[in-house]
Amino acid sequence: MIRLEKRPQASQTFSWAAPVLAVLATMVFGGLLFAALGKDPLASIETIFWQPLFGDFAFYYRPQLLIKGAPLVLIAIGLSLGFKAGIWNIGAEGQYIMGAIFGAATGLAFYPTESFLIFPLMILAGALGGWIWAMIPALLKVKFGTNEILVSLMLVYVAEQFLASMALGLLKNPEGFGFPGSRNLQQYGSAHNAELITGSGMHWGVVAALIAVIFAYMLLARHRLGFAIRVTGEAPRAAKFSGVNPTRLVLFCMGMSGLLAGLAGMFEVAGPSGQITIDFNVGYGFTAIIVAFLGRLHPIGILLAGGLMALTYIGGDIAQSQLGLPAAAIQVFQGMLLFFLLAFDLFTNYRLRLGRAEAA
Amino acid sequence: MDLSAINPVLFVAGFLIAATPLIFAALGELVVEKSGVLNLGVEGMMIMGAICGFATAVETGSPLLGFAAAALGGALLSLLFAFLTQITLANQVASGLALTLFGLGFSALLGQSYVGIKPPRLAEVNFGPLHDIPVIGPILFSHDIILYLGFALVVAVWAMLKFTRAGLILRAVGESHDAAHALGYKVVRIRTLAIMFGGACAGLGGAYISLIRVPQWTEGMTAGVGWIALALVVFASWKPWRLLLGAYLFGGITQLQLNLQGAGVAIPVEYLAMSPYIITILVLVVLSADKSSAPASLGRTFHASS
Amino acid sequence: MKLSTLLASAALAIGLAGGAYADDKTKVGFVYVGPVGDGGWTYEHDQGRLAVEAEFGDKVETVYVENVAEGPDSERVMTQMALDGADLIFTTSFGYMDPTINVAAKFPNVKFEHATGYKRADNVSTYSARFYEGRAIQGHIAGKMTKSNIVGYIGSFPIPEVIRGINSAFIHAKKVNPDVEFKIIWAYTWFDPAKEADAANVLIEQGADVVLQHTDSTAPQAAAQEAGNVITFGQASDMGQYAPMPRVSSIIDDWAPYYVARTKAVMDGTWASTDTWDGIGAGMVGIGEITDAVPADVKAEALALKASIADGSYHPFTGPLKKQDGSDFLAEGETADDGTLAGMNFYVEGITGDIPN
Repeated sequence: MIRLEKRPQASQTFSWAAPVLAVLATMVFGGLLFAALGKDPLASIETIFWQPLFGDFAFYYRPQLLIKGAPLVLIAIGLSLGFKAGIWNIGAEGQYIMGAIFGAATGLAFYPTESFLIFPLMILAGALGGWIWAMIPALLKVKFGTNEILVSLMLVYVAEQFLASMALGLLKNPEGFGFPGSRNLQQYGSAHNAELITGSGMHWGVVAALIAVIFAYMLLARHRLGFAIRVTGEAPRAAKFSGVNPTRLVLFCMGMSGLLAGLAGMFEVAGPSGQITIDFNVGYGFTAIIVAFLGRLHPIGILLAGGLMALTYIGGDIAQSQLGLPAAAIQVFQGMLLFFLLAFDLFTNYRLRLGRAEAA
Repeated sequence: MDLSAINPVLFVAGFLIAATPLIFAALGELVVEKSGVLNLGVEGMMIMGAICGFATAVETGSPLLGFAAAALGGALLSLLFAFLTQITLANQVASGLALTLFGLGFSALLGQSYVGIKPPRLAEVNFGPLHDIPVIGPILFSHDIILYLGFALVVAVWAMLKFTRAGLILRAVGESHDAAHALGYKVVRIRTLAIMFGGACAGLGGAYISLIRVPQWTEGMTAGVGWIALALVVFASWKPWRLLLGAYLFGGITQLQLNLQGAGVAIPVEYLAMSPYIITILVLVVLSADKSSAPASLGRTFHASS
Repeated sequence: MKLSTLLASAALAIGLAGGAYADDKTKVGFVYVGPVGDGGWTYEHDQGRLAVEAEFGDKVETVYVENVAEGPDSERVMTQMALDGADLIFTTSFGYMDPTINVAAKFPNVKFEHATGYKRADNVSTYSARFYEGRAIQGHIAGKMTKSNIVGYIGSFPIPEVIRGINSAFIHAKKVNPDVEFKIIWAYTWFDPAKEADAANVLIEQGADVVLQHTDSTAPQAAAQEAGNVITFGQASDMGQYAPMPRVSSIIDDWAPYYVARTKAVMDGTWASTDTWDGIGAGMVGIGEITDAVPADVKAEALALKASIADGSYHPFTGPLKKQDGSDFLAEGETADDGTLAGMNFYVEGITGDIPN
């Protein structure tokens, strides 16, 4: 009989080996799936994982990894702080939208004035937009004990409707011939979150994501607040005795995750996306939840997980066009990857033992 | 503006139908959460049910067989979640989200040859003269059997949780898996069964959309109902009756919004479209005076040695 | 070195160096906003792609990517297709407008075709279909067929494309039935079949016996069938599975002739940047078979209307017409110019209710 035994300590080896094993397992089973769909499995796998990094056009795709991964990492870092403390903000998608709307509206309010002050103002506005949207569930939780999972999720739908209203109304491009969507911020120098070095993919959002990773790492490792977060998540009762103020912790974690999601939205709308449109949001806020957990809520892990997710998106699109794989097959493939990553994590904290369980 | 255009009887009958997919999915999730497991994969299981039900109904010509297949499909997909969270002890939030991603993709692969087909229709239950009673007839006695099944299931789950030993065990497992384990209950087995029940219910809800409410198959056609169902469980504070009420409230507000538009009431549509969500939040704040809270072990991983 | 030159020279180098790449096949890329299995908008574009393959066989290679979000994702997918050696790329959603222009600037030798937009460049054409021509025929049939004099209309978002359709249908319904009234419901979603079903049911409950839809699912058809004496029209695709009742006709997006012609132009080296806005005459807008549920005389009138629109002798927006607020829109005999039509953001006289915002 096989049984699980908890390791006295998390295995260092497996915390690195598990993701590698998971990726290998995904390649095997994904390959079987692609073969079942009548595609060359090896070519499919190669296209998804290899081409974006080392293929002929890697010089183009590598920067794209930054563009696709940065919002995921930025949002996931914020979420991980709350998740660690057992505070569940799953409405980052809504905070992302509000950050983008606040940021873009601030920029557009100054159009066509050019000033170096506009972009910093937009950053502040974007952060504020996300923060406000996250403070609603936070304050309701603190004041009335309302469940933050539900309120933050509901606010995503509210934000989506608000986005549609803005794209069709207040922020609509006056020179857009009546079509929905705002002016393109890429064509407004002072508000454009341009690449810092052309062709590098590095824009201010990428910089912010890297800073957030370092900041979160320091916070969790060194700061008293980081200690409060960890102890609240692991042992809420002990946290109370050690003087953690739960109200302040909720406000901080929710506020921080909202702020970072808002920033991500603002950098996206001012940079790669350029416009407020009805369909501006593409699910980064939800995918970031997966990224946070794949990264085991650890800043460095999140950075790697964000990169991996971005890779499968970019590689998946290449595979669609080069091999004619349906988008659905790529989705299934991503699902598999997540399943294996989650499942193999088991071996980090447990080991398999053959033989009978000892009498309890 | 012409409010008289709104027929209250048809309005009520309409939202009973609109609420049914939500009732199934949310009720299944309620049982899952009562057992202490949080499965965010409802949307994925619903869409699997939608395609399994649709394909089976089209192939066999029997909508009822379709619903059976939908329940089976949802339950099978949920087994994947059960394996991840109960056997390999993976994080439930992430596993659920991954399940949704997988379900959306897999259902689209399965459904490729079912686009643009009209499924067989499930007839209304024949209540004879009851159907002709004014007001009550059209509201209560003019629906298909699945709608009544949804209602019956609410009653059954309520009774099961409140009066039966099985319900007691389920709640015990959800409140404290360690204590339940110490009392000799098979925590993993009970939770797996609950997860499968949740999957089957979500599958039925999905098939109700693809076979009755719309009816057609297109990729991603559940369009977020699974997420609303998750919200509904919390809204109902894990009580079946309140869940029923919440589902009608959700269905009702959307119907009302559309009705007001049709009647020409000058309303900013996007703000009305927000209203179900805002009202949910408000109701939630009001209800939060009620301190009945989530199952204590909700979302926590159980391992016998820990 | 600037990225654009880098990209272009890289593409060129690969193209020249790799014999495997440099075959004489014309490569055509398609970027889709939805899944090809949506049974509507994207499905019809994919039918156009298949028509290109059927027409040219071995001489073309087509590639597509579905479910591409507007914004940076679409820009990446287009760039990728261009890098992979596409000669012609169709981008099939309004939201791809700026990304298409951006990518086209980097690949001057690749031709781009953007659907429903208004920005062009030397290597970017735009194309769209005059669906409002089909709406005129629907309006005519609706006006003749309605007994309750209430016509329901399900819109997605209040954008010029949808408003133009409502106006066109209303003008022609009113012409044959002065008592007709339009009830308009905005779904505020591109895609949510359940909500479309609800909207259709609400319209029917409020007395509509004709339901027109500017959303792509068959949900309103099924709702109408359930209700009995209600007629509908297929949208985007024929929806023939609901004929002869409730679906009495349809507007079909037929991109195949255009896609074949443009591919041919690239092969012949005659491709030039243009702005195409074709309707029934050019075959871009198809009118699905009018079923026998429509009385023979009405059907004949509808076909005559179709013929007059097709040969250009009649324009659906011909004056005298007033705007909803009573101000003048078109004088007697005057027809609307394309600019006004493209940006239409007002109702014509007689429609009640306001456009949201």
